Amino acid sequence: MSVATTTSSRPATARRTTIGLKILMAGTGLVFVGYLLLHMFGNLKALAGEEAFNDYAENLRTVGEPFLPYAGLLWIVRVVLLLSLVGHAYAAYSLWARAGSARRTKYAAVKTAARTAWMRWGGTFLLLFVVWHLLQFTIVKFSVNADKQGPDVQQNPYELVVASFQVPWNTLIYVLAMVALAFHLSHGVFSASQTLGLTGSAQAYRRAKLLGHAVAVVIVGGFLVPPFAILFGLIK
Amino acid sequence: MNLTLKIWRQAGPRHPGELVTYKVKDISEDMSFLEMLDVLNEELNAKGEEPLAFDSDCREGICGSCGLMISGDAHGPERTTTCQLHMRSFSDGDVITVEPWRANAFPVIKDLVVDRGAFDRIIQAGGYISVNTGSAPDAHSTPVPKENADRAFMAAECIGCGACVAACPNASAMLFMGAKVTHLSELPQGQPERDARVVSMVDQHDHEGFGGCTNVGACSQACPKGIPQDVISTLNKDLRGALRG
Amino acid sequence: MTDTTVNAGITHGLYTDGDPVADTKAPAGPVQDMWTTRKFEAALVNPANRRKLDVIIVGTGLAGGSAAATLGEAGYNVKVFCFQDSPRRAHSIAAQGGINAAKNYKEDGDSVFRLFYDTVKGGDYRSRESNVYRLAEVSANIIDQCVAQGVPFAREYGGLLDNRSFGGVQVSRTFYARGQTGQQLLIGAYQALERQVAAGTVQQYTRHEMLELVVADGRARGIVARDLVTGEIETHAADAVVLASGGYGNVFYLSTNAMGSNVTASWRAHRKGAYMANPCYTQIHPTCIPVAGEHQSKLTLMSESLRNDGRIWVPKNREDCDKDPRDIPEEDRDYYLERIYPSFGNLVPRDIASRQAKNVCDEGRGVGPMVGDFRRGVYLDFADAIARLGKAAVESKYGNLFDMYARITGENPYETPMRIYPAVHYVMGGLWVDYDLQSTIPGLFVTGEANFSDHGANRLGASALMQGLADGYFVLPNTIRDYLAKGPFEPLAPDHPAVVEAQTSVEERTARLLAINGERSVDSFHKELGAIMWEYCGMERSEEGLLKAIDLIRGLREEFWRNVRVLGAADTLNQSLEKAGRVADFLELGELMCIDALHRRESCGGHFRAESQTEDGEALRHDDEFLYVAAWEFGGGEGLGETGRPVLHKEDLVYEAIELKQRSYK
Ligand SMILES: Cc1cc2nc3c(=O)[nH]c(=O)nc-3n(C[C@H](O)[C@H](O)[C@H](O)COP(=O)(O)OP(=O)(O)OC[C@H]3O[C@@H](n4cnc5c(N)ncnc54)[C@H](O)[C@@H]3O)c2cc1C
Ligand code: HEM
Ligand code: HEM
Ligand code: SF4
Ligand code: F3S
Ligand code: FES
Repeated sequence: MSVATTTSSRPATARRTTIGLKILMAGTGLVFVGYLLLHMFGNLKALAGEEAFNDYAENLRTVGEPFLPYAGLLWIVRVVLLLSLVGHAYAAYSLWARAGSARRTKYAAVKTAARTAWMRWGGTFLLLFVVWHLLQFTIVKFSVNADKQGPDVQQNPYELVVASFQVPWNTLIYVLAMVALAFHLSHGVFSASQTLGLTGSAQAYRRAKLLGHAVAVVIVGGFLVPPFAILFGLIK
Repeated sequence: MNLTLKIWRQAGPRHPGELVTYKVKDISEDMSFLEMLDVLNEELNAKGEEPLAFDSDCREGICGSCGLMISGDAHGPERTTTCQLHMRSFSDGDVITVEPWRANAFPVIKDLVVDRGAFDRIIQAGGYISVNTGSAPDAHSTPVPKENADRAFMAAECIGCGACVAACPNASAMLFMGAKVTHLSELPQGQPERDARVVSMVDQHDHEGFGGCTNVGACSQACPKGIPQDVISTLNKDLRGALRG
Repeated sequence: MTDTTVNAGITHGLYTDGDPVADTKAPAGPVQDMWTTRKFEAALVNPANRRKLDVIIVGTGLAGGSAAATLGEAGYNVKVFCFQDSPRRAHSIAAQGGINAAKNYKEDGDSVFRLFYDTVKGGDYRSRESNVYRLAEVSANIIDQCVAQGVPFAREYGGLLDNRSFGGVQVSRTFYARGQTGQQLLIGAYQALERQVAAGTVQQYTRHEMLELVVADGRARGIVARDLVTGEIETHAADAVVLASGGYGNVFYLSTNAMGSNVTASWRAHRKGAYMANPCYTQIHPTCIPVAGEHQSKLTLMSESLRNDGRIWVPKNREDCDKDPRDIPEEDRDYYLERIYPSFGNLVPRDIASRQAKNVCDEGRGVGPMVGDFRRGVYLDFADAIARLGKAAVESKYGNLFDMYARITGENPYETPMRIYPAVHYVMGGLWVDYDLQSTIPGLFVTGEANFSDHGANRLGASALMQGLADGYFVLPNTIRDYLAKGPFEPLAPDHPAVVEAQTSVEERTARLLAINGERSVDSFHKELGAIMWEYCGMERSEEGLLKAIDLIRGLREEFWRNVRVLGAADTLNQSLEKAGRVADFLELGELMCIDALHRRESCGGHFRAESQTEDGEALRHDDEFLYVAAWEFGGGEGLGETGRPVLHKEDLVYEAIELKQRSYK
């Protein structure tokens, strides 16, 4: 038959699609993962003693000198992290809201709805945790340990950490956060690979799942060593 | 076996609905789930109550018409279509909840029947290869590596039933869309429109009011054709490719 | 009564003889040149005029979906209808085996002529040479078209298409996509169709059922359809109407057809003047999963390939029928096909395998659950194959079929023999059409399984898909333009008497169905009709049985219009009402099928008359008397359910390219 039809494609607004949001979430999530790996590694220096740890804290601020001002790189990192957090949370909450309105009538019998809760409520808990964590160690730098107060503690990162984790309820907050983080990462790393389209075959898919679990174990495991070492008195 | 059924009854799109309890007796385990509902309908009809509306056509697991949420599982406890689910998957005395697919993009028409027209509109947005009748070259002019052909086939098995949407906690249709995008983008014939296709389809998907995907994977577990979650990865990758290009 | 020289139909006043019909559109000349000639001679429509021409297509299966897409591409203004919620769900989706095409990719001696020859012979010399040749001729284009659309046919490692041999032919010409060929082809057509919907050339009406044809001033000018969601009765006008509404195998209630497959569109057209051709030609497939109980709603086909390795048997003694088959010793088993047909054994043609299964069950030697008074099933045993080839080999060949069987029956076919039984599968009969696929009503075209044109008295495997797509992609778009070139016709006013009549009759019928409020459900009537049809107009037909069936059907139809109970309202989704309308039409069709079967006092293809068999019980054709297509004109009944006395018009079949032979499988 003769041709009277040509195909017209619709205007592309891909950036604003739900997949666009996901790509944002994946990118920012991976920024976090990268940061956490370094952060976890840094924290492990606590095992090597006060000097090593404090040197590390100081080094963080002098890297890149003289090309960058004192704490310059740190500030860059901070800005990237903050923007990422805003982007990540924006995307997460947009998708959450969208999911809510995509199914206004809920099922009477449900089996799968719980499966997003770990990410969403877990993520929210992490957000609150980060606020608490920053107030504690970076912004205000206060000690929750009644026995160890004063500028000596506050100005010495090593002392502050040790003091804080000698307090069981504070450690508990961290442990809970780490549980949430473990779940968030084990799904998140896989999820980011999937979102970025890196799991286009059955093997790649299985590998991404495995990688998620591995990253979660490594990061969370690594993070938990210093607090427990302190709590059980291995580090004083 | 005797069963208690709690079934969603809703007179029309704008009517409120509710779960109504029915009892059915002497159900044979060789019946399919839909035949069990046929029996209920004959009883309702005899009692002068209007029979329950539900979709089905082929009853062979291939047309994608049927689809019920059965006690929280899309298409019921086995990985198959509702028409191929048999009563031997249940036991005497079971209480079974039967609901329609729930998604705002799939409005309820009546009882257990929903409108899946959104799927057609997603296909209209680009789920095809533009080739007019009569203009095709010889079928052997473009060989397709078997690997690609097999993956295309696997993805093309989707029957458009909507169970993926029903099962997804976000009511997202990414598995359905991923299946189509993968089917076409694995083939040489699908390349010219690859970017435009994925962008328009995803756009239409969002426009229809489906949720976004957060890679939960419940869709793939519910899919009667076992479409794997990795087709969503291909979809994402194609979209990313289109953004760059 | 059994005097076969007197035509019982005539003597009983069941029908009258009318003038012969002729296919006036097939060009003269050798069969090889006809299509080229016809395409050239068919008038052209200027592209600018196409937008002004409206075409209605009822049906979105392979036949309708492909036609709608193609006519849309060409620029006509198309409206397409289906009763499902999406065009993609049409019954064509269920086809498993494959699609034939004379590509000769295997260099095994296939050709257009051989496909033509096989199809005519397979149809037991009851089809038109002209149509079949054209079908074979365009078959190769179908594969090209589908591949370009992205249909994922099976491929070999080199990346080229794979073929298999199917349905007992000696060449490998069947293209397939695992066991889902129909699905993949339909999705291809569906996507092409949706592309046109997006382009605005096709409007798609899903969940709409055609309930009447509008014939104004002697032309088909539109349809009346019910919006199944809102219940609204709508009239749609057009310059031409195409019916691609599929087959009517569901007249038997239990069949391998989809639940919704029906005859309504065709039957309404028949009542408006379209002739119905060879309605009794039904194909019964031997390897289906048997009925499990009285609540069975449909039957599932198991691929015919199973007969390559399975052995079919029943117990020799009735007393053994409910025993565990594994406990029945070899000497008490009757491998009846191997016994009766020593050379062909289990691989005899479909109709024979089916009929013999019925015979042994009628003797009371069937197996499986009792259905009514008899057990309806025979064993298909893989024990020998498993012993010979090993379980793994059997699994790799038939694994998915075994799984499907296990899921449906709950039995493990690796351990106990499968049970199978024949089931209604396809109808070769349908609305009469000429070479242009135009019915006896000008402007009404019929394609796919809904027409009668290409398969004669028996269809070969993998050729229904071929026909549907040939009609829709290549034939109809070329022939309908000859008709449309005369249009656009005068717009049809909403108060045109033909419109008013059609619309009112649908409204009245709907109201009537809802008002009866009797005692019996629609399904109970359908089941009873199915049982009558299966018993008397199924695998074996006799004069006595058919006369009885006609009587029973008339009684049932009378009761239906008095005693059916259809609840619910007209203005919502009402599935009982939908079914009621379909069953009402089946009740009329059933009678015509019996009359057709009664008048054809010969056995041919899927039609086996007990009175017309050879000494060893094989089908016997009577070419001297019955070398014609029986085209039935509606008998002109007035009231609801009245069918009057149909009029028989004969179209003589002429064989010029192929020599007539008695089919033999000895
Ligand atoms: C189980 C099975 C397996 C098969 N396997 C094969 C195979 O391997 N190879 C092969 O060649 N053939 C096979 N066949 C046969 C083949 O599938 C069919 O003959 C063919 O698909 C019919 O196509 P169609 O387009 O004519 O009609 P269908 O696909 O039946 O489509 C009918 C369309 O008409 C619409 N319709 C009907 N009535 C109305 C109405 N009143 N109003 C509105 N719309 C209406 C329906 O909605 C539907 O869209 C098989 C058949 C069955 C049952
Ligand atoms: C503001 C609080 C947070 C919320 C509400 C939140 C929520 C979410 C949600 C809903 C997802 C998508 C889940 C999915 O894909 O299934 C996600 C993904 C992710 N999150 Fe968070 N999160 C938060 C904070 C964090 C933090 C602090 C980190 C880093 C430790 C993090 C790392 C990740 C990663 C790596 C992903 C995977 C990205 C992807 O889905 O592609 N998130 N988050
Ligand atoms: C047991 C676990 C953890 C311990 C012991 C720990 C300890 C610390 C300490 C001591 C600092 C101060 C470093 C400095 O300013 O010199 C710090 C900073 C920080 N931590 Fe953690 N942390 C932990 C887990 C986390 C987690 C899970 C996150 C994020 C999700 C996180 C995010 C941050 C951030 C963003 C800073 C600020 C860095 C800066 O800008 O200076 N930490 N952490
Ligand atoms: S992807 Fe699976 S669940 Fe979703 S529509 Fe297709 S077949 Fe159904
Ligand atoms: S369950 Fe939903 S979130 Fe994505 S992976 Fe499947 S669509
Ligand atoms: S009715 Fe067709 S898939 Fe269930």
